[in-house]
Amino acid sequence: MNAIFYIASAVAVFSTVMVVTRRVAVHALLYLVVSLLSVALVFFLLGAPFLAALEVILYAGAIMVLFVFVVMLLNLGRAAAAQETRLLEGRTWAGPVILAALLLLEVVCVATGSVGPPQAVHSLGPERLGAALFGPYLLGVEIASFLLLAGLVGACHLGRSADGGGG
Amino acid sequence: MEHGLVLAGTLFAIGLAGLLARRNVLFLLMSIEIMLNAAGLAFVVGAAHWSEVDGQVMFIFVLTMAAAEVSIGLALVLRMYHRLKTLDADAASTMGG
Repeated sequence: MNAIFYIASAVAVFSTVMVVTRRVAVHALLYLVVSLLSVALVFFLLGAPFLAALEVILYAGAIMVLFVFVVMLLNLGRAAAAQETRLLEGRTWAGPVILAALLLLEVVCVATGSVGPPQAVHSLGPERLGAALFGPYLLGVEIASFLLLAGLVGACHLGRSADGGGG
Repeated sequence: MEHGLVLAGTLFAIGLAGLLARRNVLFLLMSIEIMLNAAGLAFVVGAAHWSEVDGQVMFIFVLTMAAAEVSIGLALVLRMYHRLKTLDADAASTMGG
């Protein structure tokens, strides 16, 4: 089981690095889909099969599809890829990589220093998740639906007047 | 559990580096999605470790929030491209500074 976890982790990390270093947006989106699928596999190994399915259906299947649609709508072409190549030189990466590496080092130290030996992983199925969502977290679910409604109305308004007058 | 947290931290750090280094707003949004997914992974790792379902509940909320944010963010990207004809984040600078 552990070997599968390490392979899935390696795929996730590699594809995520490819996402942030691509010049063409569609290539980066496809690598991001691969990263999300490998994280879904990790969810399954962690005893969250329902969340693995949700990650594939919602994150990789809806959010990434929305991204791809918008990129296709923008119709960027070769000039955009050339501009990206011009903007993204080697020394642009020095600062961010150093900062991110420092944070990662701290996370690794904290994660490996204060946690005991791993115990057996129990599978938490959707029935327990549903009981929690309809029980103690009911208010959170309602607030999340408010958020989605606000997102829906906002996206509808912003998208509608993009092609009309007024800019 | 620490391996899962290290994976979540690695993905978050990669997303952070991408967010700081890129100027194309599409790649900024993608980097934010990577960071949100990494944070959700940390929640699920915690849920697996303590066999509590609260981490999974938090991941569902994170997923919902990411979906709402992506829809609004992409609508704003479309508006920005319609007006400024570029996706460079430095081009949206008419507020001064």
